Order: sequence, then C-alpha cells, then structure tokens
Amino acid sequence: MIAEAGLAALWLAAALALLQLLLGIVALRGEREDWMRALRPVAMVQAALVALSFGLLILLFLRTDLTVLLVVENSHVAKPWLYKFAGTWGNHEGSMLLWVMVLAVSGGAVALFERQLAERTLVATLAAQAAIGLGFYAFLLFASNPFARVSPAPAEGNGLNPLLQDPGLAFHPPTLYFGYVGLSVAFSFAVGALVTRDVGPAFARAMRPWVLGAWVFLTLGITAGSYWAYYELGWGGWWFWDPVENASLMPWLAATALLHSVTVVATRDGLRAWTVMLAVVAFSMSMVGTFLVRSGILTSVHSFAVDPTRGSFILALLAIYIGGALALFALRVGTVREGSRFDIVSREGALVLNNLLLSAILGIVLIGTLYPLAVEATTGEALSVGAPYFNAATSPIALLLMAAMGAGPLLRWRRDDWRSLARRMAAPAAVLVLALGAVLVAAPGIGIFPLLGLVFAAGVGVASVAPLWKRNLRRTPLFTWGMVIAHLGVSVSVVGMACESAFTRETLVAAAIGETQTVGPFKVRFDGVMPIAGPNWTAIEGTLTVSRGDGTPWVMRPQARMFSSPPTETNEAAIKTLFDGQVYTVLGRQTEGGDRWQLRLWWKPMVTLIWLGGAMIGLGGLLALIGRLARGRRHSPSGDGAAGVLA
Amino acid sequence: MTSPATRKVRILLWVPLIAFVAFVGLVASGLLKPTANVTLVSKLVGKPLPEFALPPGVAGQPGLTAADFRAGKPRLLNIFASWCVPCAAEAPVLKQLADAGVEIDAVAIRDRPEDIARFLGRWGNPYARIGSDVDSSIQFALGSSGVPETFVIDGKGVIRHQHIGDIRAENVPEILAALKDAER
Repeated sequence: MIAEAGLAALWLAAALALLQLLLGIVALRGEREDWMRALRPVAMVQAALVALSFGLLILLFLRTDLTVLLVVENSHVAKPWLYKFAGTWGNHEGSMLLWVMVLAVSGGAVALFERQLAERTLVATLAAQAAIGLGFYAFLLFASNPFARVSPAPAEGNGLNPLLQDPGLAFHPPTLYFGYVGLSVAFSFAVGALVTRDVGPAFARAMRPWVLGAWVFLTLGITAGSYWAYYELGWGGWWFWDPVENASLMPWLAATALLHSVTVVATRDGLRAWTVMLAVVAFSMSMVGTFLVRSGILTSVHSFAVDPTRGSFILALLAIYIGGALALFALRVGTVREGSRFDIVSREGALVLNNLLLSAILGIVLIGTLYPLAVEATTGEALSVGAPYFNAATSPIALLLMAAMGAGPLLRWRRDDWRSLARRMAAPAAVLVLALGAVLVAAPGIGIFPLLGLVFAAGVGVASVAPLWKRNLRRTPLFTWGMVIAHLGVSVSVVGMACESAFTRETLVAAAIGETQTVGPFKVRFDGVMPIAGPNWTAIEGTLTVSRGDGTPWVMRPQARMFSSPPTETNEAAIKTLFDGQVYTVLGRQTEGGDRWQLRLWWKPMVTLIWLGGAMIGLGGLLALIGRLARGRRHSPSGDGAAGVLA
Repeated sequence: MTSPATRKVRILLWVPLIAFVAFVGLVASGLLKPTANVTLVSKLVGKPLPEFALPPGVAGQPGLTAADFRAGKPRLLNIFASWCVPCAAEAPVLKQLADAGVEIDAVAIRDRPEDIARFLGRWGNPYARIGSDVDSSIQFALGSSGVPETFVIDGKGVIRHQHIGDIRAENVPEILAALKDAER
C-alpha cells in the first residue's frame, strides 16, 4: 500500500505541475490576476505531495519492504537503520526522487516566501519551475519508477555499496542536491525575467537570497564530499578531479560568479545580461552534472549504473530546458537594457574580473571533463584527463582570482583610483612579502604553486579582514561579516591545500608485526592485527602505536573490512587529528606467506584547514543570507535601494 | 536600422546556444554508440615481442627470453604474481589449458622465488618457463597494465592477442581460437 500511495502522490504532483505551467501561461497571456493568485497554492501543494512521496519511500527502506524492487536491490535486513535511511537516496531512482523533491520544494518555497518580485515575473518563474519539474516527473514515472514492485519477494536484499555505508553519506547527497537543484530557482527567475523583460535591481535583490541559499548548500556539500572521499576511500587525497566531483564543482563555480554579479545588478544596475546568463548557466551545469553522473557516459570512481535509455531521456530534457533557455536568452536579452556604466578600477570592475576568472576556471573544468568524451567520439581512443592538467590549468587562475578577491572589497563602487587602492593594499602586500620570506627560509625547496598559494593566502587573508578595519564591529552589517568570513575561509582553505601538496610525507611498506616505521616526524609501531566483526561486516583491524619523536604515544586502528552483502572489501583509514595536521593510516592486504601486511602511512600537515576553510566559506554565505533576509524584511515590500550594499 | 555593432552583439548572443548544441551532439553520439567493453589494449598487439631476458623466477625451472617465443609454435605468455588473488583464481583454467597441450610461459611480477614456489605448490604449475620481473619493466614494455594478463604469441614471436584479467572457463574457447589463428 505504501508504495502505491507514494506512486499516486508522485502522479498527482506531476498533474499539479502541468496545471501550474498551463495556469501560468494562460494567466500571463490573458493578464488574469485572479488566475495568477492561484499559482502559489498549486506550487505549495505540489511540493507537499512530492515530499510525501519521498517520505513514503524512506518508510519503505526503513521497513525493508522486500516487495519493492528498489529496496531489494539496494537494501538488506541486516543493515543498520541509518544506512537503511540513507539507502533511500544511495541509488539511481531514489536519488532522482530526491532531486525532484528538492526541485518542487524549492518552487514551493518561492511560492510561499517570495514577496519582492513583481507578480508577473513570479508567475513566469513558477511556470518555468513547473516546466522543469514536468520533465523530471516524466523521467521518474516512465524511466525510473522508485516504487516498482517485485514478485515473488526475495528473502533478503542485495545491500548497499559498502563505500556508501558511512554516516557522512547519509547527509552528503541531500546537502549537495539542495545546492544543485536550489539553483533551479535562479534559473526559473532568469527565465521568468526574460519572459516579462523585467531584469533590474528589484529582480536581482529578489533572486539573491535564493542564490545564496543554494550556494551555501553547495559549498557545504562539496566540502563534506571532499572530506568523505578523503577518509572513506582510503587513498589519502582530498580532491581527485573525478567527473562526478567536477559535476558538483562546475555549478558551484557558476553560482559563485552569479552570487557576485547579482550584487552588481542589485547595487549598481550593471551586468544585467551577464547575470541572467550566469543564472541559466549555473543550473544548466547542475543538470549537465546530473546527466553526466546518471548516464554513466563518463567513467568515474563514482560508478553508478550505466543505462543508455535513461541517459538519452535526461539528455532530451537537457536539450529542451537548457536549449530553450539559451534561445530565449538570445532572443530576449537584446531587449533588456544594459545597466549603468562603471570604471575599471571600481568594485564593479573587481567583480567583473572575479566573474571572468571564475568563468575561465569553469571552462577549464568543463573542457577537461568533456575532453575524453570528445576524443572518444572522434578517434575512438579511450583516455582520461588527470589531475595534472586540472592543477596546472586552474592554479594560476585561482591565484589571480585570490588577488582580485583581496582587492575587490577594498574598492569603492562606480569609480576609484589606483593610488588609494595601493594605500589600502599596503598592509596586505607587506604581509605577503613577509610570508614569502618566511616560507622561503623555512622550506627552500617548495614548489612554485604551493609557495604562491601560501604567500597569497597570507596577503589575501589580511586583505579579507581589512573591510572591518576601523569599523564599529557591532554595527557592521551581518552580510559584511559574512563576506569577510567567506573570503578569509578561502585563504584558510588555500593554506591547507598548499601545505598538503608541499609537505605531505608518505610511507608505503610491507610491515612485519613488531616493526617500527617512520613517516615525517612520527614513529609508527605495528603491534599486530586482530579480526573483528561489525553489524554486517567483518574486518581485520591493525593496531599501530604512533608517537611524534619521543612524545606520548597513541593507538590507531585502521581496518580492512569485508562486507557480506554485496561481498566487497573496503579500507577504513584510521585518522588522528592533531593541532597541526593529520596522521592517516591504511591497512592493506596481507602479503602472500602471511607474515607481512601492507601499510600506507601519511603525515598531512595542516590538511584539516582545507575543510575548515570550506566550512568558513559556507558559514560566511549563511551569515550573508541571514543578514540579507533580515534587512529585506525591514525594507519590504518596496525593497528600496538601501538594501543594496555589497555582501 | 540596426547598426553593424549591435548586429554583432546579436550574433554573439547565440554563441552559448550553439556551444550547447555542439555539446548535445557530442554526448548523443557517445550515448548512441554501442558500448564496447572499454579496456586498454596494448599497442604491441600485432608487433614482435620486445627483446628481454629474465632470470628464473623459481628454482628448478628455466628463466624466460624473447627468443623462446620464436621456436615456431604459438605459446601463451601469462603475467602473474603470487600476491595476486585473481591469478590464483585463474590457475585451474591455466592448468586445464596446459593439460590440453597449450604451452604456457610466465612472467612473475614483483615476486620472490620462495613465494612463487609456494604459489605453484598450492595452485598447480602450468608453466614451462618462468621469468622473474622484479621491477615490472618487462610488464610495462609489453604494454600490460595489471596482473593477470595473458598474451598469445605466434611461432615468430609476434604478439597476436591480449587477454586482460583472469582467464575464466568461458574465455577458454576465445584463447584456443586465438592460438589456432596464430598458427597461420
């Protein structure tokens, strides 16, 4: 019954989405205000129905209802409840339902909360949101039904991929999806504004909180995903430039650019067409990412099921939505008056630079991700683009971007002059030079990018805090705090990346029990192994006694786990976080003959700063969002210009 | 009415759409193409074996040189290691091939004689010769990327076929056909 109810709710939601689209079109054509008013409740009910449907799917997983095919394929009676819960979206159908739910809930939230946008643009926006929804409902109902039954019901399920059996995974995909799909709101806003030809400061102010919200989720999702890959995959890396990671990075880059350009529209009424373009691109990147991941067209460590039928379906949806939006853009944006002009040396100028550099990185990542596909299509040769390309191509641009980030907030709107900028940048520049000297003395052999990363991080870190200089901190608006914290977070993260890349020490040995290894400043004694059992796995657990020099030792227990359903081996790294970095240990296979074990030991100085910085960026975004919402409330419904100070 | 400059801007506005259409075309061609098993086939298939001379991998059995493959009869060159689990899984199938009269030589990768001896004692020894490749240099020269892998070499020392991964019972006809092919 539960499965049928879930399916029925999904069908009803799809019908409401169709109604929402038609109602929107008819209301806009006929200028029928009464019909326009009906749109909001329809969107909210649609959201509630999909949420119900998703809730019912969770219930099926929690109860391990083995008459449902999806549960059979992805769950198991013996699984801990948290993973039964997370198993709901740890598979294709469930994750697509989650995707659609976030889409509908975002639309419902716009219907419920949006008060600043002109009513006609809101109607067009909700209609656009419904149009996107319709395609994905069709995809779910016709090509990926999560509620399909299986008969006869088997006695046990297949289980969830053991790599995915981790608390981090319970919350990683939903966070990321709220970011990915939350960008649909910006997309629909852009389409709506193109339809009604209403792009301006009020539109930008209305769109900004939605972009910020999605961006915060994306930032946190990517940060969490990076940490999850780091400790769960047991490879010791924090970013692999894997297609699936790139799929989440590309919308983030576009959204970051959008976040900054939308502020230019809101404050100075400039960059209108560009901002609309970015809003389209950001969500398009989300959809392209979903497609690349879900179609299995790119091979990746995140091996999802390969299914060409589903791939073609999503591709068709992509062609309709993105192609439609880009065509609308080309047709309509010429009629959107370009906003006011500004000097190159100005806040706007720095934000344009920020946008150009972010777009360049986005282009590099996109090309690197699609290149293997293009080569395979033309020459039939299979190849992959590795981290060296991405690192070499993006690092210089990222450094320039950091410089722009440091200077931007210190510039005035509209026009400024080089001399006063130089005066304001004096302190950060001094810190930069000092850092250069310090790093060269402490680590003479350091590579060029880690060196520049550390040096820029120091200088830009100081510049990031400079907007607070000589200000009454208690009266500084929350969104200014948000900006400062987010920008500082970038510096913190870059310090972590640079240290990880320059100073990591690695030891790979076949160790006999009782032997002591060294890695960096640490001594690691291999005390022995012991079999242990978990709820649905057994493991060999190594015992390592680790100490720094002659300091107090501690014990680390990496595991090589064997999961029973499906039969898979994973390496559970043991990680010890110290104040200045992490010791990362992995127990590998027993060597043939049985007296030695493969051990991988890493000392990763300052590596935690990578994710601390990521969390700071997300926190900064959250503060800016709260600040905007509080300010917006005070000024609504008129939403006058005072709200337009840059975050 | 419209100046050339604005017309140029108008055309530029279509660039994103055109780029996107190209993307869709590219991806669609990738999707519609029948999905072959993507494996990295050695560039050396169809070419003579690189010259090498490996010391014996285990006591009591000869080592392996490229010249051994130029004796006029097709042979299998199996790349294995005692520390490799799929190699153990493959052992009974190799044994079966050897019993059927197929001559098999081996290159043991990053291995020690006592470990190889233990492995052969446990899983059977289908090999005529075993060369020891302690630093994988011959493996890489052969264009092999993992263990186990098996090459079919014809009587003149030319690589005719490469099998990546363990040979399973269902692969035996394919291997035998490749050997038969190599006789011509």
